Amino acid sequence: MEARIGIRNTKSVIFKGIIVFFAFLITLPLIIILLYIIKQGAGQVNWHFLTNVPAPVGEAGGGISNALLGSFIMVLIASVIAIPVGMMAGIYLSENPKTKLAYYSGLCVDILQGVPSIVVGIVVYFWIVKPLGTFSALSGSVALSIMMLPIVIRSTEQTLRLLPASLKEAALSLGVPYHRVILKVIVPCGFAGILSGIMLSIARIIGETAPLLFTAFGNPYLSTSVTKPMESLPHLIFTYATSPYDDWHNLAWGASFILLMFVLVLNIITKLLTRKWKVQL
Amino acid sequence: MFVKENPKFVENKRLKLSNSQLKWETIFRRILIAMSVLLVLIILGVLATLILESLPSIKSLGIGFLWGKVWDPVSNVYGAYPFLVGTLLTSFIALIISVPFSYAIAIYLGEYNPKGWLSDLLKNAIELIAAVPSIIYGFWGLFVLVPIVRTFEMKIGVAPYGIGVFSSSLILAVMIIPYAASLGITLIRMVPSPLKEGAYALGATRFEVIRSVIMPYTRSGLFAGVLLSLGRALGETMAVTMLIGNTSAVANTIKDAIFGPGNTMASVIANEFTEADHTQYLSALIELGLVLFFVTVIINLIGKRIITRFTNE
Repeated sequence: MEARIGIRNTKSVIFKGIIVFFAFLITLPLIIILLYIIKQGAGQVNWHFLTNVPAPVGEAGGGISNALLGSFIMVLIASVIAIPVGMMAGIYLSENPKTKLAYYSGLCVDILQGVPSIVVGIVVYFWIVKPLGTFSALSGSVALSIMMLPIVIRSTEQTLRLLPASLKEAALSLGVPYHRVILKVIVPCGFAGILSGIMLSIARIIGETAPLLFTAFGNPYLSTSVTKPMESLPHLIFTYATSPYDDWHNLAWGASFILLMFVLVLNIITKLLTRKWKVQL
Repeated sequence: MFVKENPKFVENKRLKLSNSQLKWETIFRRILIAMSVLLVLIILGVLATLILESLPSIKSLGIGFLWGKVWDPVSNVYGAYPFLVGTLLTSFIALIISVPFSYAIAIYLGEYNPKGWLSDLLKNAIELIAAVPSIIYGFWGLFVLVPIVRTFEMKIGVAPYGIGVFSSSLILAVMIIPYAASLGITLIRMVPSPLKEGAYALGATRFEVIRSVIMPYTRSGLFAGVLLSLGRALGETMAVTMLIGNTSAVANTIKDAIFGPGNTMASVIANEFTEADHTQYLSALIELGLVLFFVTVIINLIGKRIITRFTNE
């Protein structure tokens, strides 16, 4: 009897050991990747790197200003498209959870979340690139905004659902019209949750490469025209990482470092925000 | 009518204001509805575009496209078999590697250590794994993982390509762990404590509680998490494109299939879409995209269904 209990206890301890080992082992690749990118990339970054376009092969120097500006412009346009649409759809889903339309658009959000990014690239190619006859930053932005939508919608919907119904009822009973109740009472109350959803979605799309391959395409020169091809950080990393030149690899490491830092900082700010406002995402 | 007949109300500013507010209310409601309809339209549009553009290939190749073994754009022969095999192989190897890790994280953070700074730290680290862009995984894999895999392949006596299905699966495994893990944590925390306490009261050890109470209770939910991971792995493009080696030939032996270079549906689209110079070629690629779309969407929807059923119970 005593021996049997001993075996069972040992089994339990061994099992816990295995679980702890596996659970912490997975942080190893993350730490290795982070350290490696920092080691390779941090040294590349200086003022010259941030303000110059990539140099041709064989020339020293060169930077990634075209990709920085391109990513900024495309994410900005994508946000301008996706945030209003996503918030409105999210408000509709949280306000009318029982209607048929809510069921179908909820289903569509689920589907949209699962669509591979490369498929979004193909579709936007046929929607915008082909009719316009050229790769363009605008089509890249549209592709990114489609990737952004589900996160914005879900965070808006879930945040607003958590708000107490009495808030809305109090405002309505004072005779405030419906749209003002939503825009001036409900949305400000759930602002932190919606904002963290928006920031997460930006952190997600800034690193997306696949939808940009057939839309924004890439451009070795500084360009601000939205109807022309435009470079972006992840696309620059892709092109230069797969090239055979060491200079270009270094450029790509520097760009990876900046991209990674941007994504990490956005994620950490979102974390702090959700903790301060006690938002559940 | 009322306003016109009664001159007393004509100059009533308050009434005018409330009328305009009412108008805005209707407009606002309509905008909300329009945005939700737009979502449905986007999905229908995606589906319609994919089907329309792949029609030439569907018509000429039929269902045989799916198991045609040769993909040779130069002689206009298209078969999806190499890519189907490549996609399934990378995803399933990645899944097999990642499942023990995601289950371990779920059990550790859900049951052993649900609170405290260590638990928070680990949970944030897991979320960061999901936040790192896939292009960075690909870049790192190409320069760090590939040489390691190459040495490993030399040791076990297969052709040392380095790049290939195995390297892609390793990177994919890391990338998909967070999806199953974070869902698993939430689900394991939802196991009612009377169930666990009952088992402890009967003298069960912690391992026995996990094996006979927590696991059976959360089985379907954990499975749904694995499905979400799988959906992620199937559609992942950039990291795989950089690591898989991109050959459309079918490997002869199992060893070659696992350690040699290959291609997935997503990677072949990424590589060849802009090079496709005639309609047949392009529409064959889009048909691959259509297949990919259906497979990932169905897997995701099944996963989501299981989760909603689980959380509503």
